[in-house]
Amino acid sequence: MSSSREFLWLSNGTSVSWAEVPEWSAAEFVSATAAELKRGGRLCAWFGVPENSGTRLVAVIAFDADNTLAVGRSRPVETSYPALTLLQPQAHLFEREVWEQHGLEPKGHPWLKPVRRQNGNQPALGKFFEVAGGEIHEVAVGPVHAGVIEPGHFRFQCNGEEVLHLEIALGYQHRGVEEALAGGPHRATRGQMETVAGDTTIGHVTAYATVFEALAGTEAPLRGQWLRAISLELERLANHTGDLGALAGDVAFLTTAAACGKLRGDFLNLTALICGNRFGRGLISPGGCKKDLEPERSAQLLEKLQAVLADVAEAAEWLWDANSVRARFEVTGKVARQQANEIGLVGVAARASGLVRDVRFDHPAGWHRFAQMPVSTWPDGDVFARARVRSLEIQRAGNFIAEQLAAPPDGGIFEPVGTPAPETLAVALVEGWRGEICHAALTDHAGKFRRYKIVDPSFHNWTGLALAMRGQAISDFPLCNKSFNLSYCGFDL
Amino acid sequence: MQYPQGAPPALPDRYGGALRVDAAKCVANCDACVPVCPTQAITREPGKRVSLDLGKCIFCAACVEACPAHAITQTGDFRMAARKREDLLLGEPGAEEVRLAGALDAKLKKLFGRSLRLRQVSAGGCNACEADTNVLNTIGWDLGRFGIQFVASPRHADGLLITGAVSRNMELALRKTYDAVPAPKIVIAVGACAIAGGPFIGHPQILNGASAVVPVDLFIPGCPPHPLTILDGLLRWLDRLENSKAQNP
Repeated sequence: MSSSREFLWLSNGTSVSWAEVPEWSAAEFVSATAAELKRGGRLCAWFGVPENSGTRLVAVIAFDADNTLAVGRSRPVETSYPALTLLQPQAHLFEREVWEQHGLEPKGHPWLKPVRRQNGNQPALGKFFEVAGGEIHEVAVGPVHAGVIEPGHFRFQCNGEEVLHLEIALGYQHRGVEEALAGGPHRATRGQMETVAGDTTIGHVTAYATVFEALAGTEAPLRGQWLRAISLELERLANHTGDLGALAGDVAFLTTAAACGKLRGDFLNLTALICGNRFGRGLISPGGCKKDLEPERSAQLLEKLQAVLADVAEAAEWLWDANSVRARFEVTGKVARQQANEIGLVGVAARASGLVRDVRFDHPAGWHRFAQMPVSTWPDGDVFARARVRSLEIQRAGNFIAEQLAAPPDGGIFEPVGTPAPETLAVALVEGWRGEICHAALTDHAGKFRRYKIVDPSFHNWTGLALAMRGQAISDFPLCNKSFNLSYCGFDL
Repeated sequence: MQYPQGAPPALPDRYGGALRVDAAKCVANCDACVPVCPTQAITREPGKRVSLDLGKCIFCAACVEACPAHAITQTGDFRMAARKREDLLLGEPGAEEVRLAGALDAKLKKLFGRSLRLRQVSAGGCNACEADTNVLNTIGWDLGRFGIQFVASPRHADGLLITGAVSRNMELALRKTYDAVPAPKIVIAVGACAIAGGPFIGHPQILNGASAVVPVDLFIPGCPPHPLTILDGLLRWLDRLENSKAQNP
C-alpha cells in the first residue's frame, strides 16, 4: 500500500462515526484510493461533502472477495486535485459529477464535461467527441426516442454503418433527488426513494431503509427482511422477463417477445398481490415492511409464481432454440472482461462479461445473510451473454422465492425506527435487477441528512453500452441498448 | 381480455383505488390528514372543509390511516380519469369522488374516436408510468384493437401522452415535440408527476407537471396508474365505453 493509513472497513448495511473515517490530503487520498482499487477494490461511490469553504472527497470501495467495504475521505479541498481517473478509469463519471456538484476540478481529467447540469431549459451537454475525416458522419438521436421510453441523447460517430464512437449525454430526467434529501428525511422522502428509478422501486427503497436503520443503530424484524428479499426477486423476475421479450422483439422473434411482454405483467401482479401496487409502492419502509405475506396469501403467491415461471421457461426455450436468434445475439456488442473490470461495470452487464460480482453474494445484508443463491455468470460479454445471464437469474430467482416461501420466519414485519444518529456515515448496497445500488448517507449534528449519495447501477454501466457499440453496425444499437436496459432517471437523479 | 365488453380483469384485494372524501364526517378542526400527506395533496383552511387533490395523490393511503373519522376512504375503483383539473378535487358536497371524464366533443370524436395516434414523452418520469403505459401494447391488453397506437414521430401523431413531473431539462424537448404535432392535437397527462409533480412536487428542478408547458386535455391519476385506469381513461374520453358494462362496472 502506498499510504501509511488504512481505509476504515465496514460491512454492507452498517454505519461508522464520521469522525473515525480516516482522512488524507487530496493528492494522498487520490493515490491511496487508486492503490486500494489496484489491489482489487471497486469504486462504489465517490462524492463530495461540503465543509466550510471547501469540499471533502469521500470514497466507498468494495472488496468483493473479502465481503468488505472501505471508506476514506480527503481533507476539505478548495479548487482542484489530481484526477483519480488518470489512474483508474472507473472514476471518470464520478469525478465529472463532483466537478459539477461542488466545483472541484480533477486536474488532468481527459473528458471533463457536465453530467446533468442545466442550460436554460435543456441539459448542458457540452462539446461532443468528434471523429474527423471525409468519410465520417455523425448521427444524433434523442432526447425524445421512438418508443415509450425515457429521454436521453446519443451521438454516434460513424464510418458508413460502423460506429467508431458513441457518446451518451444524459441529464434530461434530472429531478434533483439528492438535493431534495438534504436536511431530511422529510415526509416526501420515502415516495421519492420509491421513484429514484420506478422500475427498481424495491431495490432503491430497500437501500434507503437499510441506510436509515443503520444510522438509527437498528435493523428491521427478520420477517420484514425476508419479505424485502422476496419482493426484490419478484422485481428482478418482472424486469428480466420484460428484457428477454424486448431482446426477442429487436431481432424480430415475435413469439417470445409477445409471451414475455404478457408474463412480465404477471410478475408485476404478484408484487401487487403482496401490497396492492404492481411496482411495490408502499411495501417497504424504514423499520420493515408495511404489508404482510400471510400463509394463505403466500400459498396463493407460490401457486401463481410456479405457473408464470413455467410459462417463462417455455418462452425462453423458444428463444434459445432458435438459430436466427443466436446468430443475432452472438458476438454482438462485446465488452471484454478486462474492459468491464476497468470501467467498473456492475450487475447483469458485469456478470455477462465473466465477472463474479453480485451484492447478494459478496456483501450479504438483510435476509441475504441467511439465504443465498448462486451467482449467474457468462464469459462472452456479448448480447447473448447478457440475455443468458438474465435467463439464468430468472430460474434462480424463482427457486429462491419458492425456497423462502417454504420457510418463513415468525414475528412481526415492522418495528418503528428511532432517529438517525448524528455525525454518522452509513452505506447500503443492494443488488437490484440491473446491478449494484449504493446509498450512502451522512448525518449532521442533529441526525438530519447532511449529504445523501445515490449511485444507481446505470451510473456505472452506461459507459459499458458506449464501449459495446464500438465497431458495431449502428443498426445494432437498439439490440445492444436493450441488452443493457439502463435507467435514465436513476442516472439523472 | 373481455373488457370493455365484459368484466374488467380482477384487481388484487389490496389494490386501494380512488379516494373518497366525506368531509361531512370530519372531526371539527381536525387536520390529522394534512401533515401525513407526502405530496401536500390535502389542505384544510381554518373553518373550511378538507380538500384532497387526487391529481397530487400518490396513493400511499397515509391519510386514510390517519383519519380518526373515516372521512377519507379508498373505494377500490380503478376509474379516475378527468377532463378538468378541478374535477380531481375532492371534499365539497357532491364532489366526494372524482368527476369522471366525459367524451370528447363531436368534432374531435369524429377525428380521433376510431383512430388515435399518440407520441409518448417521458419528461422526468420514473419509468413506472411509462412501463404500465407500454403494457397496454402487450397481447392481453391489445390497445391496437381500439385503434389507439403509439407512433415513433410527433409528425405522425394526433397528440401527446406525457409522463413525468417535467424536469427543467426536458422543457424544451417537450415543447418542441408538442409543436411538431399537427393541429388539432390533444394532450394526456398520465400519473401524479405529469399532473402535478408527484413525489417531487414543489422542487426547483421540476415544473410540477405537463400543464406548465402545454395545455392538458385529460388527467389520469396514479403512482403509477394501473393499466386499467389508463385504458379506462382513454376509452371513456373517446366515448368507446357506451353500451358496455365498463361504463359503470
